[in-house]
Amino acid sequence: MDLPTVWFLLIAAFWAGYLVLEGFDFGVGMLLFVLAKTPGERDQMVRTFGPVWDGNEVWLIVAGASMFAAFPNWYASMFSALYLPLLILLVALILRVLAIEYRRKHEDDIVWTTRWDRVLVGCSVLAPAMVAAALADVVRGIPLDANSDFTGTLLDLLSPYALLGVVAILSLFVLHGATFLGVRTEGALRQRSRRLALRAWPVATVLVGAFGLWSLFGQGGGASVVGAVGVAVAVAGLLAGGAALLRGHESAAFAGTVVTILGAAVLLFAQLWPNVLPSTDDPAGTLSVASAASSPYTLKVMTWVAVVMAPIVFLYQGWSYWIFRHRVAADGFSTAASPLDALQRRRAAEDA
Amino acid sequence: MLLELARWQFAFTTVFHFIFVPLTIGLSGLVALMQTRWVRSGDDQYRRMTRFWGKLLLINFAIGIATGLVQEFQFGMAWSAYSRYVGDVFGAPLAMEGLAAFFLESTFLGIWIFGWDHLPKKLHLASIWLVFVGTNLSAYFILAANAWMQHPVGYRIDPETGNAALTSIWAVLSSGNAVFAYLHTIPAAVLTAAGLMAGISIWHLGRRAGHETAFFRRSLSWGLKGMLVASLLTIVVGHFFGQYMTEKQPMKMAAAEALYTTEKSAPLSLMTIAPLEKKPDRPSFELKIPGLTSFLATNSFNGTVEGIDDLQAQDVRRFAPYERAQGRDPAEAEYYPIVGVTYWTFRLMMGLGFWMLGVAVVGLLLMRRAPGRIERLATRTWFRRLALGTLAAGFLGHAAGWMFTEVGRQPWVVTGLLKTQDAVSKIGVSTIAISLGVFIVLYVAIGAIEFRLFTTLARKGPEGGDRPPAASGNGDAPTPERDELDDHDHDEDHEHPHVPLLVY
Repeated sequence: MDLPTVWFLLIAAFWAGYLVLEGFDFGVGMLLFVLAKTPGERDQMVRTFGPVWDGNEVWLIVAGASMFAAFPNWYASMFSALYLPLLILLVALILRVLAIEYRRKHEDDIVWTTRWDRVLVGCSVLAPAMVAAALADVVRGIPLDANSDFTGTLLDLLSPYALLGVVAILSLFVLHGATFLGVRTEGALRQRSRRLALRAWPVATVLVGAFGLWSLFGQGGGASVVGAVGVAVAVAGLLAGGAALLRGHESAAFAGTVVTILGAAVLLFAQLWPNVLPSTDDPAGTLSVASAASSPYTLKVMTWVAVVMAPIVFLYQGWSYWIFRHRVAADGFSTAASPLDALQRRRAAEDA
Repeated sequence: MLLELARWQFAFTTVFHFIFVPLTIGLSGLVALMQTRWVRSGDDQYRRMTRFWGKLLLINFAIGIATGLVQEFQFGMAWSAYSRYVGDVFGAPLAMEGLAAFFLESTFLGIWIFGWDHLPKKLHLASIWLVFVGTNLSAYFILAANAWMQHPVGYRIDPETGNAALTSIWAVLSSGNAVFAYLHTIPAAVLTAAGLMAGISIWHLGRRAGHETAFFRRSLSWGLKGMLVASLLTIVVGHFFGQYMTEKQPMKMAAAEALYTTEKSAPLSLMTIAPLEKKPDRPSFELKIPGLTSFLATNSFNGTVEGIDDLQAQDVRRFAPYERAQGRDPAEAEYYPIVGVTYWTFRLMMGLGFWMLGVAVVGLLLMRRAPGRIERLATRTWFRRLALGTLAAGFLGHAAGWMFTEVGRQPWVVTGLLKTQDAVSKIGVSTIAISLGVFIVLYVAIGAIEFRLFTTLARKGPEGGDRPPAASGNGDAPTPERDELDDHDHDEDHEHPHVPLLVY
């Protein structure tokens, strides 16, 4: 396998990691006022991703920086063409960081907290919507001139395909967030998130299925084998996740939505291959994996860095999830002294 | 118009971002040291210091992370021609920063925040040190990327694409410019954080007699000592960095000294009355120290320092092919930065650095020679204002330093390879006007929110405070065990009864 292909796959993997990881904290953010009945329950929800959201967001930074380093032309054309959607994404992500970090900084000021929580909800909808629109536009292609500079307008970015991508991702993240809460909370919130997941499941299944089929048959060079595998994996994840939800297997339901997102990422990047940014205007402007790649030396250096660093990152990020694996109780994260303690409480809650 | 707006946007977002970065780097190191002292000695005062300064660190960290995202995106969004040209070289350190530094910082910051009482003490301590290592690695990679723009090394121009291509990552990461910039910026970051500690401590000491005196006396001592060491390092490294720059970027240093003609035994201009324009006429009034610029730049009072006019003439000849390739008349090209801005930001940066050194020396002498003197002085309004002014000096110094180094590089975005005017994206003026407007409104709003939050929490002082005078007069005495539970950083235990915690 040549190095540009390796980097195409790595970038696809970074995006997939980003969608899986930040997907659930976006989902939890969207559901903040839907599932929580009290301010205390909102705290409980935010605490489920409190220790890990920042590390999740780095996957986006690494995906973007890898595009810059490995495919400068892809990064330059895509980011300048998608200027306004990315501006909205940036504003949403900036405000979201502050909402998460500042919401409890005036400890007894409920108005302050509620305001930031509203910001958190809005940004948790806007940010993934812009990510979805950007990815769908890249797969579908955008009007570029022979120098790969954008020639279209904002309307070119709002195609029906991109809009379907947006609603599909939002519904999938709602489901993903709800199954995540099923794994990470206890008490009333846990029951409510399961009920909500059951209601979100049919919507997500229809939208993701429709988006998947449109991507497979209507985008790129037509149905590819890998793309078909991606659709199959996504659908299998949804079906298995739905079945698990019905039977009350929370971990399996969450695993199902994780697999669905991974399948969707495989599908999108399979449909994009062998291009990285197709032009719908001047075909000479189309950027392919081969034509947009950096020099072999740069790719070699970057490959070494990725080979050494990525496993280490996996280990410590995984470890951070392990440390904070116990369920978040309604009356405060800090009261669950240990996983054992959390387990006992869980049993007590189940018996009650 | 597009170019001007894009430049203003970059300048505005970068300077804003860099208000928070130095404090994050410096304070995370100081907080890690405090926590180390606590873990080693068990002295509860150090735990309270870790909590208090750590809380301020976190508020600041959040906004630094948030505004940092913009930096990575806007190279592609607003400077796509630049991104295409340099991506092969410049993208690598950025991607390494993400993989090696950002993951480390973000993951262990989360572990540190939520790990109080949940992790073994030493593991928890290790997590704040890893955050500090992450911020430093991040700084190094980004400074190496910037150093390449100042003085490109380890590259060739690809004959096919006409873009820069990396030939040696080692040359890029170990360039003199990168090493000097790192060794100059990191102590300056510690200087800023230490100045903040000293300023807030003095403010508290003078606020109410006996109020957390021991706590803020110790914090003040940390702050002043940090300022002394950090300002000395910053100044010494800065001197050698300047000499290096005189050699590698002579135009920048000539502009910094407003030196128009090449001179042997060039004087150091202390101040001048001249407008802040692109190229002011010969100043009407100038204070000079004969030979000092030559000495500082070349270690000899008789050394030759090149002047702007001569460098301009050389560059016109040297870069004629570049201008012709861009379809411009080589004779009309200007190769010098805005002299007024370069001259004054350079002086502001140095002046503030020396000011902070002076404050550190005087403050430490006062603390050592006359116990209690600082507390008495702190009750005076002018002294507290002076302390808060010194606090601000660190931030201003960083801003001035970066304005100097970035404005001084103009008209180039990559010295000698790509002019800033040729680096901008082909996007509509309205697009960039909208985004600049959005960033100004957003940043002013979040800047105001963070400033208010920061001052509120700084004013509140450490948690579990206002002990009876006996205890606070001698803060070294360990506080009762009960306090362990009383202040959780992120946790909301004020709402519910405490359940005893186990550390596992």
